[in-house]
Amino acid sequence: MERPLTQHIPDNGAALHLREYEAVGGYSALRKALRDMEPAQVSTLIKDANLKGRGGAGFATGVKWSFVPMDVPGPKYLIANADEMEPGTFKDRWLLEGNPHQLLEGMVLAAYAIQATDAFVFLRWAYKDAAREMRRAIADAYTAGYLGKNILGSTFSLEMQLHTGVGRYMCGEETALLNSLEGKRATPRAKPPFPQVSGLFGKPTIVNNVETLSWISHIVNNGEAWFKSLSYTADGGTKIYGVSGRVNKPGAWELPMGITMRELLEEHAGGMRNGYRFRGALPGGASTDFLTDAHLDVKMDFAGVAAAGSRLGTGTMVVLDDHTCPVGFVHNLEHFFAQESCGFCTPCREGLPWTEKILWSLENGTGEPADLELLERHARLLGPGNTFCALAPGAMEPLQSALKYFREDFEQHIKEKKCPYAHHQH
Amino acid sequence: MLSAIEIEKITHELQQVPVKKAACIEALKIVQQERRWISDESVADIAAILEMSTAEVDSVATFYNLIFRQPVGRHVILLCDSISCYVMGYTVLRQRLNEILLIGYGQTTTDERFTLLPNACLGTCDHAPALMIDDDLYRDIKPGDLEQILEKYH
Repeated sequence: MERPLTQHIPDNGAALHLREYEAVGGYSALRKALRDMEPAQVSTLIKDANLKGRGGAGFATGVKWSFVPMDVPGPKYLIANADEMEPGTFKDRWLLEGNPHQLLEGMVLAAYAIQATDAFVFLRWAYKDAAREMRRAIADAYTAGYLGKNILGSTFSLEMQLHTGVGRYMCGEETALLNSLEGKRATPRAKPPFPQVSGLFGKPTIVNNVETLSWISHIVNNGEAWFKSLSYTADGGTKIYGVSGRVNKPGAWELPMGITMRELLEEHAGGMRNGYRFRGALPGGASTDFLTDAHLDVKMDFAGVAAAGSRLGTGTMVVLDDHTCPVGFVHNLEHFFAQESCGFCTPCREGLPWTEKILWSLENGTGEPADLELLERHARLLGPGNTFCALAPGAMEPLQSALKYFREDFEQHIKEKKCPYAHHQH
Repeated sequence: MLSAIEIEKITHELQQVPVKKAACIEALKIVQQERRWISDESVADIAAILEMSTAEVDSVATFYNLIFRQPVGRHVILLCDSISCYVMGYTVLRQRLNEILLIGYGQTTTDERFTLLPNACLGTCDHAPALMIDDDLYRDIKPGDLEQILEKYH
């Protein structure tokens, strides 16, 4: 089984430095592209490979690139979204800490494809080791001629900067990220215009996830057919999946796209800990709908998880066990979303704290039967199309699915006027 | 008043950006690194150097979780309170920290040694529960480990 993205990262997760990266073929894709390929050929290759964005939304990367106007003079930007902050998600950390040059090579190739002049790694504050490794990698890449003026003797030049954030979930939303890079509050922008046309400082900009960009050099080297052959399904490549919660071996693994939930949970995460039963899981981070044991044979690719009523999201699963209160679990999520809402649009600013308060009252024994209807109304009114960005609709996904799959728990809280679970974790 | 070193660092940042305002977050980071937090006076000083209004700088300063607009201790404890750490029992750690330090969220010990803050997902969910103290990440923490961890910070 091939693991192109992570095979060279040592077990202790230590970073591959420039010489080690070059020794395993690093920067050969960049050499090849600058020598043999036109920018448009790189774009077309990525489009034909049907690489889908690994940040959560799953948009086709090559298609995104194709929206960048190529005949406009002046600066253009390429940004790696390394602001990994979706609760339950820890996959990009592995790539950032373990193989920083793989990301940089992917970024230079992506920048070449869209003819960007400047690139940024937008890294979250908490990733201190990643910041240290990225800083070193960028400096080494400049020295070796992989960044800067006339890269590898070609006519292509690219400047690269590392930006470390100051902590806000909204920064992961691509237009909010752009505002933050401009030194402003990270509130989302109206679309259109899309960032591909008018992004950072009003210039054409592409924002891609770390895992997505880490693919580019491999696809340039090995081709679209190879990329597709790695997967079990129509969505090509491998995927970094993760599992956290009360399983025997929580962790992250690079596996063929489309493995089943059962395989991930039982073979890789080692099954549930002794004395704990699986009740459900968020398949791809905090803003995805629960799946339950009825869904264990669902193939974890974009289409498979969507058909089961959820989203692949970031591919990192959070497990709900039978000793953890589903109402408390969802309360924790809504607390996060209410806190991280940027406050820009009313349904999200007002609706999320209200949702959190209702769930809190249920946990504390003061919930009323009408509360369930109120929660359902929120799930509908904060859903897609009613808010400025995807934060609130994402926040409603675990809530609406918990109301569906764990309804008896919600009702029991109201009937018994208390949380029936022994732990009262808040 | 900003120190010479703060002005030098902010001036360096200004050379990297097309408009002065764009250096706002970097300026806040620079001043916080020197003074641990951002006072009203610092907001006004940054506004002056970036040719922004104080309200505009404050709107940015108050937006971000890790820009501190109140004094903090010499060390800041960021306890992850997101979902995987919830499942793995961060609340027990919170309780234990309250008992050891005699402070709750948002408070600073009387000797100014520690400030305790909740923090959104630290991205190390396979090693929950987790916390950070300054730049150091601690993972798979048991309540009994806390005292030993805290001893490293003075």
